[in-house]
Amino acid sequence: MTDSTTTAEPTTGPAGAVGLQFTDVSRTFPDGTRALAETSFRVEPGEFVTIVGPSGCGKSTLLRIASGLDQASTGAVTVDRGALGYVFQDATLLQWRTIRRNVALFAELDKMPRSERDRRVAENVRLVGLEGFEDKYPKQLSGGMRMRASLARSLVMEPDIFLFDEPFGALDEITRERLNDELLGMFRRNGFGALFITHSIQEAVFLSTRVLVMSARPGRIVGSFEVPFPYPRAPGLRFEPAFAALCGDVSHELRGAHA
Amino acid sequence: MTLQADLETTAAPAVTGEDGASPVGTGSTAGRHRPIDVLGPIAGLVVFVGLWWLMHAWILENVFDKPSFLVPSPATVVDRAYLDAAVRGDMLQALGWTALVALCGVAVSIVVGTLLAVVMAQATWIERSFWPYLIAAQAIPILAIVPILGNVFGFGFGTRILVCVIISVFPIVSNTLFGLLSADPSQHDLFTLKGASRWTRLIKLQLPSATPAIFTGYRIAAGLSVIGAVVGELFFRQGGKGIGILMDEYRGRGQWPQTYGALVLSSLLGVAVFMFFGWLSNLVIGRWHESTRKSG
Repeated sequence: MTDSTTTAEPTTGPAGAVGLQFTDVSRTFPDGTRALAETSFRVEPGEFVTIVGPSGCGKSTLLRIASGLDQASTGAVTVDRGALGYVFQDATLLQWRTIRRNVALFAELDKMPRSERDRRVAENVRLVGLEGFEDKYPKQLSGGMRMRASLARSLVMEPDIFLFDEPFGALDEITRERLNDELLGMFRRNGFGALFITHSIQEAVFLSTRVLVMSARPGRIVGSFEVPFPYPRAPGLRFEPAFAALCGDVSHELRGAHA
Repeated sequence: MTLQADLETTAAPAVTGEDGASPVGTGSTAGRHRPIDVLGPIAGLVVFVGLWWLMHAWILENVFDKPSFLVPSPATVVDRAYLDAAVRGDMLQALGWTALVALCGVAVSIVVGTLLAVVMAQATWIERSFWPYLIAAQAIPILAIVPILGNVFGFGFGTRILVCVIISVFPIVSNTLFGLLSADPSQHDLFTLKGASRWTRLIKLQLPSATPAIFTGYRIAAGLSVIGAVVGELFFRQGGKGIGILMDEYRGRGQWPQTYGALVLSSLLGVAVFMFFGWLSNLVIGRWHESTRKSG
């Protein structure tokens, strides 16, 4: 590894500090592949930041480093890991558990008291619209419903910062847009900060307060767009000229990133 | 069967992939019991019995130049072996004894094999240290080792079970280990995120996700254990008289219909044990596992 800057371990932020800070984070895999160039940015509490970028540009690596699933080669991450939610690309439900017990998984692993856990599970199952499906198994549900369960599993932990790794990428467009609308509802209600990864520019602009554009491997941030539209955002926003214009700008930047 | 019903209801939403309102199907009963599902096996049985009869009536004398009584006709076997109350009684008693040995054997194999697989799943070096011996145990010609075991441990009940364990433990270890190690990496991530202990991971992730593979191992092991029990009996003449001993006695006395009757019964025992574990597997994992339809 040629980088010899600060090889600091990602650290856990001081108690009470919220938000997510990447400081000069880079990642070189053991085989020498440089996945991520030095990257610095911050997600403020209550901010919805989305990263768009070409495949394999290290977007997911950023999230894995933030959550501690992967280690940065250089640089540091400041975040309260205990207050972190993580929604993966696939629903990653445990197929032998009912929806209720899947939603309870994180709380169970965190040894949350039983009564509190049951209360939160019931509440969040209702919130994501899975009431009546608590005793079904994952294979009995559609892709969109499985994703809802996955969302509820993290919501139970009431995270301050939510990491989303292309959660709706595998869903059809109608389902995706519906889940986007609902996600924004939760974002407004719960006030978490979010770092969201997607391939879809429309999804990025619709959801975010800020869109970051990443370059091809090794990934780095090459563009940043403030999204001016106020919340709550109506589904119809997607068809407004200003929305389309901003999508065009992001797309233009992304094209440059591919080159 | 509730199991069937469960499978039916799941098909609908998975196909439509539609998100929202009405997922779990109101259930069409199409394809539950197609005629071919029943006719196929019946046709198979007819062909089998037909070939058997042909062997007796024609092939044996005309092709192999042997007397036809060496392969009695199916009707004779049924008449002498199963309709004769005294013979039937002997056989069923012997079959029960063999089944007891085989089931004890597979039970010991399940305990030993599962523990071994769990230990081996903990580290690659442990896995590597055990493998050669397991493969060696599997490769031992069982006929050669049975008399040696008898000389060392005596020709008793315990040694009979040991024979069953030697022959049946391998598929349990290999299937269980395979299952434990093939838990989905992204599911592992869930446990890593929460800093789960090795034990928590084993109990809440690896073992449940391995159950389909584990039951496959049990089923194979059960069939092998029956073979172990019958083979063992050919050497162990003290104690209870199993179906293997009985078969050998009939053959020695030239009672061919009874010999074939015992043979069929002992293979039916294997089938029954195999099907029992298939049924048990469906019972345990049928509700959530994707591919339980194919198992019997």
